[in-house]
Amino acid sequence: MAAGLAVIYLPLLLVLINSLNRDRSFAWPPTGLTTEWWARAWQSEGARSALLTSLRAGAGATLVALVLGTMTAFAVQRYRFFGRHAVSFVVILPIALPGIVSGIALNAAFRTVLGPAGIGFGLLTVVIGHATFCIVVVFNNVIARLRRLSPSAEEASADLGADSFQTFRYVTLPAVRAALLAGGLLAFALSFDEIVVTTFTAGPGVQTLPLWIYANLARPNQAPVVNVVAAVLVLLSVIPVYLAQRLSADTAGGRL
Amino acid sequence: MERLVPVAPQNPTAKDRARVDWVHPFEQQTGCKVNTKIAGTSDEMVSLMKTGQYDAVSASGDATLRLIAAGDVAPVNTGLVPNYADIYPGLKNQPWNSVDGRMYGIPHGRGANLLMYRTDKVSPAPDSWSVVFDGASAYSGHVTAYDSPIYIADAALYLMKTRPELGIKNPYALDDAQLKAAVDLLKTQHQAIGEYWSDYQKSENSFKTGDTVVGTTWQVIANMAQTDQAPVQAVLPKEGATGWSDTWMVSSKAAHPDCAYQWMNWIVSPKVNAQVAQWFGEAPSNAKACDQTTDKNFCTTFHAADDAYWKNVYYWTTPIKNCLDGRGATCTDYAAWTAAWTEIKG
Amino acid sequence: MATDVAAPPVRRGVVRRAAAVLHRHAGLRLTLLLAAPMAWLVLAYLGSLAVLFLSAFWTVDDFTYNIVRVWNTANFSTVFTEPVYRTIALRTLGIAAAVTVVDAVVAFPMAFYMARIARPRTRKLLVVAVLTPLWASYLVKAYAWRVILSQGGVLDWLGKPVGISSPGYGTAAVVIVLAYLWLPYMILPIYAGLENLPANLLDASADLGAGAGRTFRSVVLPLVLPSVFAGSVFTFSLSLGDYIAVQIVGGKTQMLGTAIADNVTLDLPLAAALSCVPVAMIIGYLLAVRRTGALDSL
Repeated sequence: MAAGLAVIYLPLLLVLINSLNRDRSFAWPPTGLTTEWWARAWQSEGARSALLTSLRAGAGATLVALVLGTMTAFAVQRYRFFGRHAVSFVVILPIALPGIVSGIALNAAFRTVLGPAGIGFGLLTVVIGHATFCIVVVFNNVIARLRRLSPSAEEASADLGADSFQTFRYVTLPAVRAALLAGGLLAFALSFDEIVVTTFTAGPGVQTLPLWIYANLARPNQAPVVNVVAAVLVLLSVIPVYLAQRLSADTAGGRL
Repeated sequence: MERLVPVAPQNPTAKDRARVDWVHPFEQQTGCKVNTKIAGTSDEMVSLMKTGQYDAVSASGDATLRLIAAGDVAPVNTGLVPNYADIYPGLKNQPWNSVDGRMYGIPHGRGANLLMYRTDKVSPAPDSWSVVFDGASAYSGHVTAYDSPIYIADAALYLMKTRPELGIKNPYALDDAQLKAAVDLLKTQHQAIGEYWSDYQKSENSFKTGDTVVGTTWQVIANMAQTDQAPVQAVLPKEGATGWSDTWMVSSKAAHPDCAYQWMNWIVSPKVNAQVAQWFGEAPSNAKACDQTTDKNFCTTFHAADDAYWKNVYYWTTPIKNCLDGRGATCTDYAAWTAAWTEIKG
Repeated sequence: MATDVAAPPVRRGVVRRAAAVLHRHAGLRLTLLLAAPMAWLVLAYLGSLAVLFLSAFWTVDDFTYNIVRVWNTANFSTVFTEPVYRTIALRTLGIAAAVTVVDAVVAFPMAFYMARIARPRTRKLLVVAVLTPLWASYLVKAYAWRVILSQGGVLDWLGKPVGISSPGYGTAAVVIVLAYLWLPYMILPIYAGLENLPANLLDASADLGAGAGRTFRSVVLPLVLPSVFAGSVFTFSLSLGDYIAVQIVGGKTQMLGTAIADNVTLDLPLAAALSCVPVAMIIGYLLAVRRTGALDSL
C-alpha cells in the first residue's frame, strides 16, 4: 500500500518541485529554485478565467448528470421493462468509447443540428458534451444505493398517506443523498479534467483549464506556470474529496 | 509552424502586459472585439476555419492552399492594408500565399526548420542533413523529426540535392516515384527516431535531457535551449532547409470583414509585428519592425533581412495534384502525403 | 411537513391528483423517468455517433478537402486492407490489454489493504489519497512522467543504486503512464467489491480449513472478479482511445487514437471509418464482460 501510494504521489511531487525549478524545460535534477513561476501564476489572468470557465462547465454538466443519472437509475432499478439492460448499456457507452470518437461525433452533430438553428459552439456545447459522459457516474452511485435500499420504508410512507412526491422527497431522496454527493463530485472531477471532448465542443473564446494547460504546456515560456496551477489544483482538491468522505455514509469513495 | 486563429499570449502578467499585449490596444482603438482560439496544428486550424466562426486566421503554408482551395478564405485587397507596403518583397506573391497573382493574406513572420544537434554527443559538427538520413543509424534512438506529413518535404529536399537522378525540382511537387523515394528514406530514418516532436516544450526538453541528440528544430527553440544551458547548436545545412512563412488570412464567411482588415494591418504594423515576432520567436515580415524590437540583436539572430539566408529556405507549401513546378497534374497531394506519413510512422 | 399544510388547497389538489395518477400508472411513471435521459443519450449521443458512422461512407474532395456526400466503402477498405492500420490496431489492443493487466495486479493488493486490513479511520484517508490524483490535470501528470522517464531523469536517478534504468520513450512508457493515469479507476471498483464481501464467508472458509491462498482463490476471487472486470472497462477503453499521453511519452509509437486524430481535420470520413475499430473493440469487450455481471459492479 505504501509503495503504491508512493508511486501515485511521486509524479505529483515532481509537479510541485518543477513549479519551483528554474529550468524552463523541467530538466532533472533542477539547476536551481525560483518562486518566479508562482508569482507569475498568481498574476495570470488566463489561468484564472480558464479556471472559472472550467468551474462553470463542471457545474452545468454535473447538474444535468445528477438529474438525468438519477432518473435513469430509478427507472432501471425500480421497473422491469423491455430494453432495461440496453438502457444501462447506453448509459455506459459515452465514457467507454474513446473521447476522440465522442468528440468528433458531437462536433459533427452540433454543426449540422445546432448550426442552422443559430446556436454556435460555446460553453453550452461543452456542457452538453461533458454531461453525456458524466451521467454514468451518477447513475452508478444512485443505482448501487437503491439496490441496498429496502423498499419497506417507501411502502410505510405510502401506507401513512404520503403521495408519490412526498415519499420521494422525505424518504427516498435523503436515502440516496450520499450517493448523489459522491456521484456528483466524481462527475465534476471528470468534467473538470476533460480535454478531448472539450477540444471538439468548445467555441471560440471558451477555454477550460485543461485547454489552457494544453495550450501553455507546449510553450517553454509558460510551461512552468502550468506546473504551479497543477500543484495548486492538487492541494485544493483534497478539500472537496475529504468533505465528501466525511459527509458520506458509505465508506466507499463513490463509484465511477 | 503550428498556428493560431487570432492569437494572444495566454497568461501575461501585469508586468508583461504592456510588452506583449497587442490585442487590447487594438480593441480599444478600433472597437473590434477579438476572440482568440489557439489551434494545436495546422490541420486543426483548417477544420476550425471550416466552421465559419472565425473572421481571420494565421496559417502556415502547409494549410494555406487548402484553405484557399476550399473557399474558406477570401482574396485580400492589399491596397486596404497600408502596412503591406513595408513587407519584405520576398514574401509577396509566393506560391503558398497567392493564387494567379492574387494575394490571399498578409505575411507576418517566417522561420526555417533548422538542424539542431548536441555538441557533446554529435561529432564532427554536422553541416548536412545526411546526419539525420543516411547517417542516422549512428545516433539510433536519439534522432528527432517534426511530426507532420509536411516533413516529407525535408526528405524530398535532401533527395533533390543528393540524388539528382530522381528529378526533384521542388520538394513540394513530388510524383508517385519521387514520393516513394522520400517515403523509403523516411522509413529508414524511422528506425533511428527516438521521438517525433510537434511542440516547443517537447523539443527543448528532449534535447536538454539528451533523449534527442540530433534533428529538426526552430530557431526560437535553439535559443531557449541555449539559455537553459543545453549544449546545442542549430545550423542551416548546406542543402538548405524547409521553412514556414505565416500569413494572416480573412475568412470568406467573415461576419466583420472590416475588423479583419484592420486586424491584419495592425498585426503587421512595425511595433506590433516586432512584439509578435519576439513573443513567438520568428523573423518579422515588416522591414521596419527591426527598429522596434526590445532585443537589438533580435533581427540578426532571426535573419530577418538576410536575403542570402532565405534563398536556401523552401517555405512550406501545400502539395497539390497540379505540380507546383509546372509539370502538370501528375503530383501527389496532401492527402497522399498524410496517408504516407501514417505509413512511415508504422 | 409545515410546507404541506401551508400549500394552497387548489394546487395541493392538483399535485395530489397527479401523484395519484402516477401511483396507479407504473408505465407513465417509467415513461416520465426515462424520457429525458433517453432523449439525451439516444437522440443526442447515439444520434451523433450514427452521423459519424454514416460519414465514414462519404469521401473528401481531392482538391478542396470538403466532404463529398457520395456513398462508397473506400474508407473501410483502406482501414481493413492497409497493413499499417492492422499493425496500429493490434499494437493499440496490446497496449490496452497490458495496461489493464498491470492495473489489476497493482490495484488488487492496494484495494485489499484498504478494504480489509486498514482500520475504518485510515480507510477513509486512503480513499481520499487514491481519489485526489484524479483532480490533478491529466496533462500535467503525463508531462511529469516525461521528466521521470527521460534520460538521466528521475527514474534513472532513483534507480541507479539498484541498477534500474528508464525504458525511455516508447511503447513501454505508454503502458506505464496509462496504467498510472487509470489506476484509481481500477482501485475503486475492486475496493467497493471487497468491502461488500461478507466477513463471515471468509471466516467460514477458514473454519473449513482453507489456507489464505485457498480462500483467496475459491472465495474472494470469484466474488470480486466482476469488480475487477468493472475496473477493466475503464482501463481498457480509456487506453484504447488515448492519443495525448502517447504523444507525450510514446516516442514514435502510433496508436489508433493518434491515427484518428491525424485524420480528423483533413479527412473526417477516413477518421470516422478508423473510429469504428476501437468502437467495435470496446462494444465487444463490454458485451463480453457484461456476462460476468461487471457492469452492475461499476
